[in-house]
Amino acid sequence: MLPTDSTKTLSFNRCITEGDLVIVYERHDVMKAVQVSEKGVLQNRFGMFKHSDWIGKPFGSKIFSSKGGFVYLLAPTPELWTLVLSHRTQILYIADISFVVMYLEIVPGCVVLESGTGSGSLSTSLARAVAPHGHVYTFDFHEQRAASAREDFERIGLSSLVTVGVRDIQGEGFPDEFLGRADSVFLDLPQPWLAIPSAAKMLQQDGVLCSFSPCIEQVQRSCETLKSSFTDIRTFEILLHTYEVREGHLPSWQDGDGVLASLKGCKKRQRSTNGQENSRPQTVLARRMGETRGHTGYLTFARLNCIR
Amino acid sequence: MSANNSEENLSGSQNRRITWDGCSVLLDINDGDRVLFARLTAGSKIKIGDKNCSLLPLIGCPFGSSFQVEVGAEGPFLAPLIPNAQGNGLSEKTDDQTMEECRDNRALVDNNTAQSLTGEDIDGMRRKGATGDEIVQALIANSATFEKKTAFSQEKYRIKKQKKYAPRVLLRRPFARSICEAYFKKHAEKIGFLRVDTLSLLPSLANVTAHSNVLVFDMLEGIVTGSVAERMGGTGYVCNPYCGTTPLPISIVRMFNFSDETCKRILSASLTELQPSDGENSTSGDQLVDECNIKEQQNKDTVSSSAKDLFNMEEISTTNMETDNNVAASPKCAKTVKAGEKAPSETIKHWKEHGFSSLIIAAPNLDAWDIAKDLVPLLSYSAPFVIYHQYLQPLATCMHNLQSNKMAINLQVSEPWLREYQVLPSRTHPHMQMSSSGGYLLSGTRISSSDQN
Repeated sequence: MLPTDSTKTLSFNRCITEGDLVIVYERHDVMKAVQVSEKGVLQNRFGMFKHSDWIGKPFGSKIFSSKGGFVYLLAPTPELWTLVLSHRTQILYIADISFVVMYLEIVPGCVVLESGTGSGSLSTSLARAVAPHGHVYTFDFHEQRAASAREDFERIGLSSLVTVGVRDIQGEGFPDEFLGRADSVFLDLPQPWLAIPSAAKMLQQDGVLCSFSPCIEQVQRSCETLKSSFTDIRTFEILLHTYEVREGHLPSWQDGDGVLASLKGCKKRQRSTNGQENSRPQTVLARRMGETRGHTGYLTFARLNCIR
Repeated sequence: MSANNSEENLSGSQNRRITWDGCSVLLDINDGDRVLFARLTAGSKIKIGDKNCSLLPLIGCPFGSSFQVEVGAEGPFLAPLIPNAQGNGLSEKTDDQTMEECRDNRALVDNNTAQSLTGEDIDGMRRKGATGDEIVQALIANSATFEKKTAFSQEKYRIKKQKKYAPRVLLRRPFARSICEAYFKKHAEKIGFLRVDTLSLLPSLANVTAHSNVLVFDMLEGIVTGSVAERMGGTGYVCNPYCGTTPLPISIVRMFNFSDETCKRILSASLTELQPSDGENSTSGDQLVDECNIKEQQNKDTVSSSAKDLFNMEEISTTNMETDNNVAASPKCAKTVKAGEKAPSETIKHWKEHGFSSLIIAAPNLDAWDIAKDLVPLLSYSAPFVIYHQYLQPLATCMHNLQSNKMAINLQVSEPWLREYQVLPSRTHPHMQMSSSGGYLLSGTRISSSDQN
């Protein structure tokens, strides 16, 4: 997924080959991750697609099925991966992920500790941020989920950047081998205050911690615990509102047909009956989508106190 | 082992945790009340309240360390603050706070007669060498109403006096996050009202990572360019395109403390250089030149005022800063590389051959589609792009046009929403004030407009 050197970057010259992971795009809310193989076949509502037709074509190509329907083959990115990965747990989405990566001040070369791994949604973006020489050490207490995450990272080519460990961070803290080595720590745990003292020992001076909790009571308890070794404690919530955009015509109130049609909720183009010009001015209209996510979790950030 | 590599990288200037002579820092005064940028040199000073202090004691200190303004024999100076000594006076009070609070403010009358120490008394104490903390203690002891206040109210009073008589300065590393927050708080218009959460979405949606070739049209003084370069770790390239003959100013990039390797990978190139020479994808040459001249004129108007405003933002009263304007990051070394140099022709050839791996446009006062129609074709197929604007309508129009011209898929117009909370025992609630708009984003993925079989 991530270019390991400049020859692997997205390019007009780089084509799909056997073994590549592609994102099959049908619509913005219908996408699927597929591993390309010589004999592979994809079946969907548009028909049948042979993988062999894909090999040798550039990413971003439009591919037709046997029935004439089409899909697009996109190069995988952490954002697309978050939308297609299998949810073993509730995942973090792009608004929270982006804010976390910026607020934790993660740059290439950083060492980041994470717990719990969950479905690996955030881990993928963390890996992108620390590449090429940093590393993400992520822990989950659930052995099977840790194994699934490990498999996923293998599939998307991130195993050299992400190490998954099975460990109960709330009970045991982070392993001693990381003492004073972490640039940033991310916690997504039911009782993060139990892990905070250990996180404090792992962080480099001036390192940043983030704790993600759905409930305000968890946040209050975490902030209490953070006071002893941390400063600059801040709590946020972030959401991303999406807009629907369409082209339409808003008739004048003097246009009898137009007013009637709009009462019926008709969005089709108006055809005039009294000799006016047929093409009505179309405008681009935008408004927020109806029902939207109201809450994901609170993000609490804190900086390790500087002790001289 | 990759962890060892990261330790080597830590000695690179981007990740250094101790300040050095000539580095750029962020100074946080009184817990976020005032934030400003400074360059640490022997001669640089800072003015807090009515006191001018030298910044020399800050050189060679770890980022994250605090200082308190004290008044000594030679005038005011910044003394290092040891966090343990301050303790967290707050933690001593937690027992009080968890008990039922029986005091309230029914008997308190706000008529300015409660404090018995006068301004002259305080000056006298200073002359005798009292520390800021001692003055605060004295003010509390001489306040007739202090004991009658609730525990919360006492804490608020103590903090208020401390901020005035013993102001504190926190030394922070400039990162995209802190630079953006500082500008957004005080001079949001200079960065086109780009809020930190919106800024954080740009490198994510554009999939910025090491070895990328990112095309960034940045009219926000370089804050977007800087935050993109920050995520590339001295690999790949950031290209700032421009019309006409003058690249756009990217003065904020100097605040990031980038290494030479990173600076030399931030390049500029004109649109005509970047477009295919046979003109198959572009509008006719003449039309382009006219459009470009208009844009160039607009740019010229903004360049001179922004350079002056940078000094005001930085608030440095030393001449070193003024001469720094045209010189690279470190004043010591004349050979230091400056970010934003014109791209050499081999690099431009490479970009034309491979296409850019992503595109970011941040031009909140220009027409979005006008820029997108020229820059999106420079992307590789399947490359993501994101466009920031402070208004919704231009992005809606741009999205519609990209769709009807079959240039992109996965198009989305979104608006980030951010709210901060105060979390204190029995006093948890969102902040009373919040930012209502951080701008809008249009994201999408480029595809080839020709049908392929």
